[in-house]
Amino acid sequence: MSLLSVENLRIELALRAGPAPVIDDLSFTLEAGRTLSFVGESGCGKSMTALAIMGLLPDVGRVAAGSITFDGADLTTLPDARLRQIRGNEISMIFQEPMTSLNPVYTVGEQIAEVLRRHRGMTGRDATARAVELLDAVRIPNARSRVTAYPHEMSGGQRQRVMIAMALACAPRLIIADEPTTALDVTVQAQIFELLRDLAHDTGTALILITHDMGAVAEMADDVVVMYAGRAAEAGPVEAILDDPRHPYTRGLIACVPHLTADPEAARGDLTEIPGIVPPLASLGASACLFASRCAHVHDRCHGARPPAFDCPAGQRAACWLEERA
Amino acid sequence: MSLLEIENLSVRFRIKGGWGRSAWLHAVDDVSLSLPRGKTLALVGESGSGKTTAALAAARLVPASEGAVRLDGTDLLTLEGETLRRARARVQVIFQDPYSSLNPRLRAGAIVREPMDALNTPPKAERADRVAELFAQVGLRPEQQALFPHQFSGGQRQRIGIARALATRPELIVCDEAVSALDVAVQAQILNLLRRLQAELGLTFLFISHDLGVVQHMSDRVAVMYMGRIVEEADRGPLFSAPLHPYTQALLAAVPSIDRRRRGRSAVKATGETPDPLNPPPGCMFASRCPRAEALCRETRPALEEKSPGHRAACHFPGPSGD
Ligand SMILES: Nc1ncnc2c1ncn2[C@@H]1O[C@H](COP(=O)(O)OP(=O)(O)OP(=O)(O)O)[C@@H](O)[C@H]1O
Ligand SMILES: Nc1ncnc2c1ncn2[C@@H]1O[C@H](COP(=O)(O)OP(=O)(O)OP(=O)(O)O)[C@@H](O)[C@H]1O
Ligand SMILES: [Mg+2]
Ligand SMILES: [Mg+2]
Repeated sequence: MSLLSVENLRIELALRAGPAPVIDDLSFTLEAGRTLSFVGESGCGKSMTALAIMGLLPDVGRVAAGSITFDGADLTTLPDARLRQIRGNEISMIFQEPMTSLNPVYTVGEQIAEVLRRHRGMTGRDATARAVELLDAVRIPNARSRVTAYPHEMSGGQRQRVMIAMALACAPRLIIADEPTTALDVTVQAQIFELLRDLAHDTGTALILITHDMGAVAEMADDVVVMYAGRAAEAGPVEAILDDPRHPYTRGLIACVPHLTADPEAARGDLTEIPGIVPPLASLGASACLFASRCAHVHDRCHGARPPAFDCPAGQRAACWLEERA
Repeated sequence: MSLLEIENLSVRFRIKGGWGRSAWLHAVDDVSLSLPRGKTLALVGESGSGKTTAALAAARLVPASEGAVRLDGTDLLTLEGETLRRARARVQVIFQDPYSSLNPRLRAGAIVREPMDALNTPPKAERADRVAELFAQVGLRPEQQALFPHQFSGGQRQRIGIARALATRPELIVCDEAVSALDVAVQAQILNLLRRLQAELGLTFLFISHDLGVVQHMSDRVAVMYMGRIVEEADRGPLFSAPLHPYTQALLAAVPSIDRRRRGRSAVKATGETPDPLNPPPGCMFASRCPRAEALCRETRPALEEKSPGHRAACHFPGPSGD
C-alpha cells in the first residue's frame, strides 16, 4: 500500500460565476522514502494540491470529488480532530511564504519549541535544546544565539530554514515542501537537499517537492507531475520526463530556463517563451486541452475534447492528443 | 559616467543577546561598486550575505552606518526632504517577498497606481491607461485589476510588484530575487521583458538573484558577496568562465542542472560551517569552508584587489579550481 494515494481529485473554488475546478481529475501515488515533484506554471494549482492534502483549503475551496488516502485513511472524510492530529504529527508542510507563516511577535526558538510541546509533548527546557539542534541541522550559523532572534532579524533564506526546522520538528512521515529553497543560494540549497535526502533515506520520510526549478527536480525527485491549469499534463519517472518530454508544455518548461552556458561571452538572444498566459479560472472545466491556445502543435481535436493521459514509450503518461497511438 | 556609485558602504545591526548584552552584526562591510547607466550589475551570494541590505542601503531604505552612495553624482545619503523624495523616485525596488510587500487591502490596480499618485506623475488623466498598459506588459489580465492580492497565486503577485516598480518609469531598479517566485515560463517572459525595457528605456538594474543561470543571462557585471563583503567582482564573461575565488567556484559547481544528472549526491559538498557573523574570525571569512585554505588565510583577511584588468578578488590564493 502506498503511503499517499490521491485518486481522481477534484477541488472546486466557489466563484461568483460558479464553481471552478482548480484541480481537475488528479491522481498520483507516493511511497515511503520517495520524492515526488510538482512543477508547473504559477497558478496551476500546485499549492492547492498541497493544501488539500493538509486539509487547509481556503474557505472558498472544497474537495468536490476523489480521495486522498494517507496510510490507509481517506483524509477527505476524516473527522477534523483526527485530521488535526495527522497534520503536524505525520504530515508537515513547509510553506511557500515564510514571512506570513512565522509569527512576528515570537522568537524563532519559541515557535519551534511550541511545535515540539504541542505535538511531541516535550517540556520547556528539552524543547528549547531541541530547537537549537534543529536550527543547527538546517545550518543556521551559531544556532545557540540565533534561537532568540525574531523572524524580521533574519534574512529571507534564514527564515526559510527556520520553516524547514519547524517542519522537521515532529519527525513527520510526509513532508510537503512548497518552493522550500526559492530564497536560498545554491550551496545552501545543496545542503538542504542533502538534508532532505538523508531524511528520506534514514527515516523513510516521503517528500512532495513543489518547485519551478527543473534542475532541482533532476537532483531531488524520483517522480514528477507537470501541472497545467489544474490538470496533470505529464507525469512519470523523472528520467523519462527530462530525457524525453512528450507534452509540448513540458518541452517549453525545459527550454525556457536560462541554463549556465559553457560560453558566457556568446551573444544573448531572448529566452524561449511559452507565449500567452494561463487560462482564466472560468474556463477550467472545459472539455478541451487547456494548453491549446499556447501550443505550437494545436489542431482541431485539441479544442474539441480533453486529451486523456496516454502511455508514452519512455514510461511516463502525457495528456496530449499527439501521444495517442493506434 | 556611472549612474550609481557605492563607496565603502557599511551597514551594521545591533543584535541583542542574552543577559542584556548586545553585539554588532556587520551585514554589509566596506562594499564599493559602480554601476554604469543602462547596464546590469548582479549581486550573488549566500543567503544572509548582505545582498538585500546592501541594495536597500543604496536605495536609502535601510540606514547605512558608513560610506557614500551617489546617484548621478548626488550623494543620496545626505539628501533630505523634497530633494530626497524626488531622488528616491528615480530608484524603485522589486522585492524578494511579494507577500509582505503588497498592501492586502488595496486592489491590484490601485497598488500599481499608488506610486504614480504619490509622485504625481504622469498626469491624472493618463494614469488609468498606464495601469492597463503595465498589466498587459507583465502578463496580467485587465479584469484582474479589480482583485485583491490574496486572490492571486504567488507568481501572479510578483507580477503586480514588477508592474508597480515600473509605474513611475524609474532609472535604477533594484530587482531583489524578482523572478525567483515565478515559474520558469513566466520567468522567461519577465526576464525578456526586463531586458526589453532596459534597451528601450535605458534602465539600469541592480539585480539580486541566487539563480546563476538567470544571472548569467541578465548581467553585464557580477559581484559575489560572502558574509557582508565582496569576494569577487568581474564582467560576466570572466566571472563565469574563469572565476578566481574558491567561493565563486563552489557556487558555480553547486548549480543543479538537468544535463548534469548525477542523482543521489550533491555536486559540491559545501563542507564546513559558515562562521558566526557576530563573532567573525580574524582571517578570510571563507577559510572554514575553503579547500585551499592555509595558515595565512586563517590569520590575515585578504583585501579585494584587482588581479587582472576589471577582475577583482579577495583571496590569498586566487586561481582556477583544482578539479
Ligand atoms: N483564496 C482564493 N480565492 C480565489 N482564488 C484563489 C484563491 N487561492 C488561490 N486561488 C486561485 O487558484 C489557482 C491555483 O492557485 P495555487 O496557489 O494552487 O497556484 P500555484 O500552482 O501554487 O502557483 P504559484 O507557483 O504561483 O505558487 C490560481 O488561479 C489562484 O488564482
Ligand atoms: N533588521 C535587521 N536586524 C538585524 N539583523 C538583520 C536585519 N536585516 C538583516 N539582518 C541580518 O543581516 C544579514 C544580511 O541579511 P540580508 O537580508 O541582506 O541577506 P541576503 O544576502 O539578502 O540573504 P537572502 O539571500 O537570504 O535574502 C543577515 O545575517 C540578517 O540576519
Ligand atoms: Mg504556490
Ligand atoms: Mg535577500
